[in-house]
Amino acid sequence: MNLGIDTASLGTSGNPLRVAIVGSGPSGFYAAEALFKSPLSVRVDMLERLPVPFGLVRYGVAPDHPKLKQPTVIFDKIAQTPDFTFLGNVTVGRDVGVEQLRATHHAILFACGAESDRRLGLPNEDLPGSHTATEFVGWYNSHPDYRDRSFDLSQEVVVVIGQGNVAIDVARILAKPIDELRGTDMAEHALDALAGSRVRDIHIIGRRGPAQASFTFKELRELGDLGGCATLVSESDLQLNSASLAELEDKNNFNAAKNVEILQSWITHCATAVGKRIWFHFMQSPVGIAGTGRLERITLERNRLTGPALGQLAQGTGAMVDLNCGLLFRSIGYRGMPLPGVPFEPARGVFPSTAGRIDGMHGVYATGWIKRGPSGIIGTNRADAVATVQSLLADLPQLDSRPKSGAAGLSATLARLNSQVLSYGDWRRIDAEEQRRGAVVGKPREKIPRVSDMLAVAATAPQGSRSCGVDEL
Amino acid sequence: MPHIVTDKCQSCRFTDCVTTCPVACFHGDGQMLYIDNVQCVDCGACVPACPVHAIYEQTELPPDKLEWLAINAQRAPTLPIVADKQVPLPTAEARKRELGY
Repeated sequence: MNLGIDTASLGTSGNPLRVAIVGSGPSGFYAAEALFKSPLSVRVDMLERLPVPFGLVRYGVAPDHPKLKQPTVIFDKIAQTPDFTFLGNVTVGRDVGVEQLRATHHAILFACGAESDRRLGLPNEDLPGSHTATEFVGWYNSHPDYRDRSFDLSQEVVVVIGQGNVAIDVARILAKPIDELRGTDMAEHALDALAGSRVRDIHIIGRRGPAQASFTFKELRELGDLGGCATLVSESDLQLNSASLAELEDKNNFNAAKNVEILQSWITHCATAVGKRIWFHFMQSPVGIAGTGRLERITLERNRLTGPALGQLAQGTGAMVDLNCGLLFRSIGYRGMPLPGVPFEPARGVFPSTAGRIDGMHGVYATGWIKRGPSGIIGTNRADAVATVQSLLADLPQLDSRPKSGAAGLSATLARLNSQVLSYGDWRRIDAEEQRRGAVVGKPREKIPRVSDMLAVAATAPQGSRSCGVDEL
Repeated sequence: MPHIVTDKCQSCRFTDCVTTCPVACFHGDGQMLYIDNVQCVDCGACVPACPVHAIYEQTELPPDKLEWLAINAQRAPTLPIVADKQVPLPTAEARKRELGY
């Protein structure tokens, strides 16, 4: 309530614009960067449910793609800004409510990504041997939620449903010679398991055609360059209808044209007697998952494409084929999770928003995958975060202009939680320890896969330097 | 393989690409942008962002544009970083049409 006391205008040093960013992946950090670039005085409090930052750059990017983890250098610089506070191990919606954040901050910006998976909607989807790609990716990347998953790598035939970059990552990690993974930051438990893998045939299945596959051509091309692995596709699967040919003519659709070109170059490949094989199948949808006690086979229905160019949909033809397999990874897209106090659009798994402003709310914004759904790559989220921050800054005259307490106003609530809140300094200690553990085994890093161990490392700081995120204020 | 800005950027300089770069590796002079190939992480996010497809991955460079590989490498480190969208050159729309986009 403004009682007529003079208050500095919002966004000045006497009354900095306090923004709570929920999530510490790329979209969250790029939003913080965009906020700090504004001429206003801004304080950012970034809340992360895990003890450690960086989201999918840390837990999604494949270990054999170290260059794509370079953005963490940029994130680290952003986090060094004195006006930035990291609050790790705090779950918004559980530990801290959205209403509470609205009281302590002028604006909330959700950058919490898409943590769940789209489901096929088939019976037996959860049969032993059938997994989501998310579980597998999280497992080999030491994500605490997936550390204890296990995958029966004694199976020889694997099916991956979906044709995005995650599907390619799964196939590549399964197909790559283990010695080429050893020097990466892949989890030691995953290296051990993959070293004993008997996986031989990997089938990547897509409901539409090669011109509609969503992987980027660089990822696809990389599969063709793997040692000891043949990439296989049948000529008939690469037959394109006239609408698909028209799609490839579109200058803005060059990624699809490159994908088709790469796939066509593989038609002459032969299945080798030795080594591994990655098979691409197009225009097929899984319609059944079967097995006694565990996955034994899936049934695929042949599709045809209907509709106009760039809007073609897969339609079942009724022609079925069974494919025996011992392991299945569903990779048909991530999905955002609902959060109490925020509108949710179940069909797309996003917080519905217009220009980044969450529908029906005031001073509450979304960026990244929770805004757009799971599309694009790391850099796509930078452009997206810039756009959302532009909306936020344009709304400045409409935001509650009274000074807010920021993270300090959350300290009583967080203290009652009886759980450690980790600061960015704590992350740096964990980071140093992970690099130390990695160096011992010849890796850039050995990620600490358990939350309790992360908290223990954070707590082993020298006496006097131990800090909790909120205490630093 | 790093990415390279070619002369299709000249007279355009739309700069949509720079907002998608996760590591701020674009540099620019008054004419066009250049990619610092040491910083570039080869993600390719910038390629579809360019309205005239001026950016290519090294292996995808058309034969008549190979010289831009060395030009990017030489010029980028000497020029200021361009990390935020700027106003395109006044000739941008005309040049875009000329390039067939």
